[in-house]
Amino acid sequence: MRLNYPSNIKIINVPCTGRVDILHLLKAVEDGADGVYVAGCLEGDCHYISGNLKAKKRVAYAKKVLEAIGLEPERVEMYNLSAAQGARFAEIAREFTERIHQLGPSPVGSGAKAA
Amino acid sequence: MVVAESKPIEEILAMVADFDKILLTGCKGCVTVCNAGGQKEVGILASALKIARKKEGREIEIEEITLERQCDPEYIDQLEEPIAKNNYDAVLSMACSVGPQYIAKRYEDTLVYPCLNTTFIGGALEHGVWAEFCQACGSCGIHNFGALCPIARCAKSLLNGPCGGSAGGKCEISPETDCVWHLIYERMSRLGQLDKMANVVMFKDWTTSRDGGPRKIVREDLKQ
Repeated sequence: MRLNYPSNIKIINVPCTGRVDILHLLKAVEDGADGVYVAGCLEGDCHYISGNLKAKKRVAYAKKVLEAIGLEPERVEMYNLSAAQGARFAEIAREFTERIHQLGPSPVGSGAKAA
Repeated sequence: MVVAESKPIEEILAMVADFDKILLTGCKGCVTVCNAGGQKEVGILASALKIARKKEGREIEIEEITLERQCDPEYIDQLEEPIAKNNYDAVLSMACSVGPQYIAKRYEDTLVYPCLNTTFIGGALEHGVWAEFCQACGSCGIHNFGALCPIARCAKSLLNGPCGGSAGGKCEISPETDCVWHLIYERMSRLGQLDKMANVVMFKDWTTSRDGGPRKIVREDLKQ
């Protein structure tokens, strides 16, 4: 498909978004990422039944933590798309990058960019 | 188990506002089981505090350690080396409130802060949901009530219930709260013990509860 998406996105592979922990999301922010999003399978399509639903709840928890300490919860997000939706993947990457550009750099510090 | 929940992060941030280096201690006992103060929660709180302080431009150094239990002196001893080697401004405990008290007793010159609100003795209804089942009255009589505790689970701790606030099996305090006296009636009915409900249960001797002051159990066969 040779689709382009912003080069600031750093991809971290996990076997299933059910593997993503609250601490993974917070550590990314702590280490200076301006934003972090989880790209999981479509709801109802998880090979492990509920991995993406668990990730959704953890993302919601991480958002609450950020809000409590005065950071924009929008810096953490959950997206759902299938492995066959390459165009949507690129669109989400652009959409999230644009959101983070509007929020500006994380006040936590420089270092890694969006993950 | 003892069920606890995290204090609001804002409250914990205010506690550590003046500190630059702290020790954050978890407990592998009850609070690990109720997902409030185990190794995982220690990691999450430490990260949240670090993010908050980095944001303010004043980083905080946090060391993490999770003890087997914080309610036994031999495990509190595990803190001796880290506390002696590091000049911590304070020690934070993510155990139930027994933990910070044990740390304070063992390390007299150390500032100690609790990170949890210790809430009740209870159990899990499902993953992520806990409820109160025992009030530690010190004189268990649940066999008189179909093995259900009206002291802990009735809003009024009635010994002869239900009251007029019971409707449709729910308590008047909340439509989500079961009326334990309704449950007691149903269970005793199923067990063919409804006649026992006609007995008036006399007032309870509360001296075994908190009314008798702080409690202590001494087992001479175990004491050294």
